[in-house]
Amino acid sequence: MRAFALITVLMVGGLLFYGLPDFPDWGDPASPASTHLSPFYIEQGAADTHAPNVVTAVLAYYRGYDTMFEAAVIFSAGLACFFLLRTFRQKSIETRLYRHLPTGVTLRIEEGGKTPEGSDEFEPIDSHWVPYDMIINLTCRLIVPFVQLFALYVIAHGHYSPGGGFQGGVLFGAAIILYAISTDLRTAFKRLQEKAVMLLSALGVLIYAGTGVVCLVLGGNFLDYSFLAGILGVDAVMARSHGILIIEIGVGLAVMAVMVMLYYNLSSAGRHDEGL
Amino acid sequence: MIWPVDLIIMLLVMICGIGAIMVRDLLGAAILFGAYSFLMCLVYAIMGAVDVAFTEASVGAGVSAVFFVAAVFHTSRRTKD
Repeated sequence: MRAFALITVLMVGGLLFYGLPDFPDWGDPASPASTHLSPFYIEQGAADTHAPNVVTAVLAYYRGYDTMFEAAVIFSAGLACFFLLRTFRQKSIETRLYRHLPTGVTLRIEEGGKTPEGSDEFEPIDSHWVPYDMIINLTCRLIVPFVQLFALYVIAHGHYSPGGGFQGGVLFGAAIILYAISTDLRTAFKRLQEKAVMLLSALGVLIYAGTGVVCLVLGGNFLDYSFLAGILGVDAVMARSHGILIIEIGVGLAVMAVMVMLYYNLSSAGRHDEGL
Repeated sequence: MIWPVDLIIMLLVMICGIGAIMVRDLLGAAILFGAYSFLMCLVYAIMGAVDVAFTEASVGAGVSAVFFVAAVFHTSRRTKD
């Protein structure tokens, strides 16, 4: 079986290398992509959308329909992970660990024992619990707000610099994942519940598709943001710029929520009790 | 493009890629895969595709490495084959 796999891989690799010389050179101005499509985007992009970053203009305006389905693909990936992993059957944990906050003493309570649930002085801790490291805890606490701020900057500044909804959403999700790693999963759930994550991921895709439908209702094509000019009170070009920002926010919300949902389900194997 | 830099990064990409499938420790494979993604991000940045490089750095090297570690956490670290 291994020999068969190796032969297959070598043959496919050989085919790829065989086809390589037919490709145009990297950055060749005479290649088909550079002769017809790219000049149009480079010349018209800034004039059409007020977005100096051509990639954002192509991704969110000229190819907005493709990007909408990319967001939908990410949303369905999150849903698939949820349906595959999430278990609602409560697995009975025989022993539970509680930490007494003022003294730092850890209590180990066997099954059927009286748990100090609801008490302010005790907190439940994971069975793989490692003692609190103050440096890691404080560093993560300091870093998380700045990562979130940078994520918002990346989303809002996508017209001018590299970045946009996808990258900003991933960064925002990474900040929440960092918070969940540095404390534990239960603390993260207190900040961002599972229901909120599910709602946000659906809301992001809804914002994107809803913008397209609003354009449709106002008499334009699907995702033709220039017809939003009446609602936003600006001219058509500025309306395209604002439309790009609106759908970037939608993509950012969806991606952030899906990243957090994937982490919640993967790190706790779908049980949502204790994790990484 | 500066070809010596390019060559070094390409060699490191190959080493990381082959190492990620050869290594027996799954956690090591996850980390090597993260390094592979980061080196690919450098390649994209050298070619001028900054948006793609940004996506690769945040998704490939950042979040997916965390997902791999989270998945390895629930299985054994040693692989059988």
